[in-house]
Amino acid sequence: MSATNTQSTPVRTWRRPPLIADARLRWTLYIGAAIYLVIALSSVEINIVRLFEGAARAKILFAGVLSPDFVTRWSDIRVGFLESLTMTVVATAFGILLSIVLGLGAARNLASRPVYVVCRSILAVSRAFHELIIAILFVAMFGFGPFAGVMTLIVSTVGFLGKLLAEEIETIEWNAVEAVTSTGASWLQRVTYAVVPQVLPRFLGLSLYRLDINFRESAVIGIVGAGGIGATLTTAFDRYEFDAVAAILLMIIAMVLLAEYIASNIRKRVL
Amino acid sequence: MPIIEENGKPVWRRRDRKAAIYHWIGTLAIGLLVLYCSRLISAQTTWEFVWTAGVQAQDLVTRMMPPKFGYAAELWRPLIDTIHIATLGTILGIMIASPLAFLTARNTTPSRHFVRPIALFVLVTSRSVNSIIWALLLVVILGPGMLAGILAIALRSVGFIGKLLYESIEEIDKRAVEAVTATGASGPQILTYAVIPQIAPTFAGISIYRWDINIREATVLGLVGAGGIGMELQSSIDTLAWSQVSVLFLLILSTVVLSEWVSARARKAVT
Amino acid sequence: MLEIQALSKRYGSFAALDDVTLSIGEGELVALIGPSGAGKSTLIRCVNRLVEPTGGNVVLKGTNLTTLSRSALRFERRRIGMIFQDYALVNRLTVMENVLSGRLGYVGFLRSLVRRFPQADVDEAFRLLARVGLEGLHDRRADALSGGQRQRVGIARALLQSPQLLLVDEPTASLDPRTARQIMRLVSELCRERGLAAIINIHDVPLARSFTDRIIGLAAGKIVFNGAPDALNDEVLTTIYGDEDWSQTTQSDAAEEEEVAA
Repeated sequence: MSATNTQSTPVRTWRRPPLIADARLRWTLYIGAAIYLVIALSSVEINIVRLFEGAARAKILFAGVLSPDFVTRWSDIRVGFLESLTMTVVATAFGILLSIVLGLGAARNLASRPVYVVCRSILAVSRAFHELIIAILFVAMFGFGPFAGVMTLIVSTVGFLGKLLAEEIETIEWNAVEAVTSTGASWLQRVTYAVVPQVLPRFLGLSLYRLDINFRESAVIGIVGAGGIGATLTTAFDRYEFDAVAAILLMIIAMVLLAEYIASNIRKRVL
Repeated sequence: MPIIEENGKPVWRRRDRKAAIYHWIGTLAIGLLVLYCSRLISAQTTWEFVWTAGVQAQDLVTRMMPPKFGYAAELWRPLIDTIHIATLGTILGIMIASPLAFLTARNTTPSRHFVRPIALFVLVTSRSVNSIIWALLLVVILGPGMLAGILAIALRSVGFIGKLLYESIEEIDKRAVEAVTATGASGPQILTYAVIPQIAPTFAGISIYRWDINIREATVLGLVGAGGIGMELQSSIDTLAWSQVSVLFLLILSTVVLSEWVSARARKAVT
Repeated sequence: MLEIQALSKRYGSFAALDDVTLSIGEGELVALIGPSGAGKSTLIRCVNRLVEPTGGNVVLKGTNLTTLSRSALRFERRRIGMIFQDYALVNRLTVMENVLSGRLGYVGFLRSLVRRFPQADVDEAFRLLARVGLEGLHDRRADALSGGQRQRVGIARALLQSPQLLLVDEPTASLDPRTARQIMRLVSELCRERGLAAIINIHDVPLARSFTDRIIGLAAGKIVFNGAPDALNDEVLTTIYGDEDWSQTTQSDAAEEEEVAA
């Protein structure tokens, strides 16, 4: 600003411009948010008597966490844990294979239009429902047990990895693909020489991450009868054996920590 | 070096001999592991049920059809509750996660050796335990209802938001921080002038993304008694009212798709 | 050897190439100059159909490339090597893998998947690496090289195709003036050694004049100049690029200092 400008307006105040420039829109949003919060909070019913009752149980629960009981139910825990692990391995392996196929098909820059639409739709459907709902359906179809669990995990793995792989492929550097194409390479050669090297590190990272997620999910889908540590956990809950519940939860947390440690080491070596 | 002397001539290979052997052993080991795990799962599976899965699925579909659309009228209240659970849970999660993220990030933590590991452990714990399992625990303590659902969503969101947030804090541009520090700014001033402006868009993006995930999660929390539309799902499944289940599925599907669309639009707007 | 007949490429109502006709003789080095957006890249990409032309023909030694089926096109692409502005290497692959990818049109998918190329190809790759001055660097990852070295890998890859025609797209645009000159010299030497014809897209007029046999000027998708480098005077440059003081550019001896200063 020039000096003359400053003279004509001796006091120039400055305020930080608000995030939303339009004042009316801004206030509508603020007030709307406030009203929503009031309505939402008032719809939460709090039963004081029940809360007091719960306090006693909370004490038992925390006591359980502080002194987890691995011993009494050890054979159940062991079986459930190993089942979860095997489910995770199988579901992740098959999920990765399927998601490679669907991910390639769902990448706009590689696949033809009809293939793209079909693959994208499959991915969208497999992501739409929560794992637990898929598990309910699969348990109804395949019966109780880890098979339904594995199928559930495969579906959600494909939805997750397939979509992310397709997005990764869509953002690769295209000139490398052009260069390989101009040597007279076939579609498969183009994929292995120009696409795979560009997406491999990230895809490996995502697959490891999915391995970890699948293990955690396997603890949940057992609730509806799809096998794994989740089944053991539900049983413990139903019997009010909170020290066993605590033991199982601690093992899950330890497992996730371990998985993350391993994954970060592998990622460091691959990248 | 991948050049191997063969008959006195240099031969180029992708990997040298040792790397090639490791590579094959690794591949073989993973293959065997998957095979072994598949056999374990297979042993736990009643294959007769799997072979008749087609029949079961058909049976399920016929029982779901036609959906009992009149039932939808009873579902508005639980549906709105579900959205409340997700939104309030996300807000609470953000409120807990943001300070934790600053305590965890290497460049903002007050103490690397004491505070950081504790905060990190809290984040990992929150992330390892699925919101359904948090809900199981909380329903025991608080009794069934929305409150348990909101807290379950919040507890799970803390780990997710906290982790992504602290990673983005660690990745900020150090030069801006140095520049503000060089003006003689205090710790909180550095945060508000150099750190927060850099992470604000990421923060908004993460929060909206988690809200979208939470909508999905909230639709099934009711299966363990933590409020929302899942409770209707549970009672419909228990009474084998499959024509109601199909209405619930359609409603859940459209809610999830809609929330994903809203979230995608909102994220595009903020980043 | 290459006949481009009435080639055109439209994007909606925008004509990127408008009725371009030209022919290139055996072993002839042709520079393609013109302002950004004139259609230079589109033109050379239409030759090997990385961009599908909307009209006209491209005939390479009697084969009409524009009407070929996809699989036949693959076959013909082997005869056309291409060198790119930003090198277009696959960064995570090694130098050797990048160079050998020039043989992809010749080997089957499975062989290429496990990287077992015929020994003759590998021998030739080593020879080319030595020729372009990258001896001993075959195991480096492509992203560990300098710009000039990367472009040399790109050149080796294109030559391993044993092409009859080279398409060169802004080979020097990402390089410093000295490296740019070296790369242009290398390309022209290699073309002369092997009797290769080449179309070279280039922004740098002095470089074009010193290393090519003929210059074609493109403006707004049309050919506006086609002649010997000596015939390129101020007037012609003005028709190609628009009004500017060209005295520095047309004196090619003075050009080098100008570049360094810029």
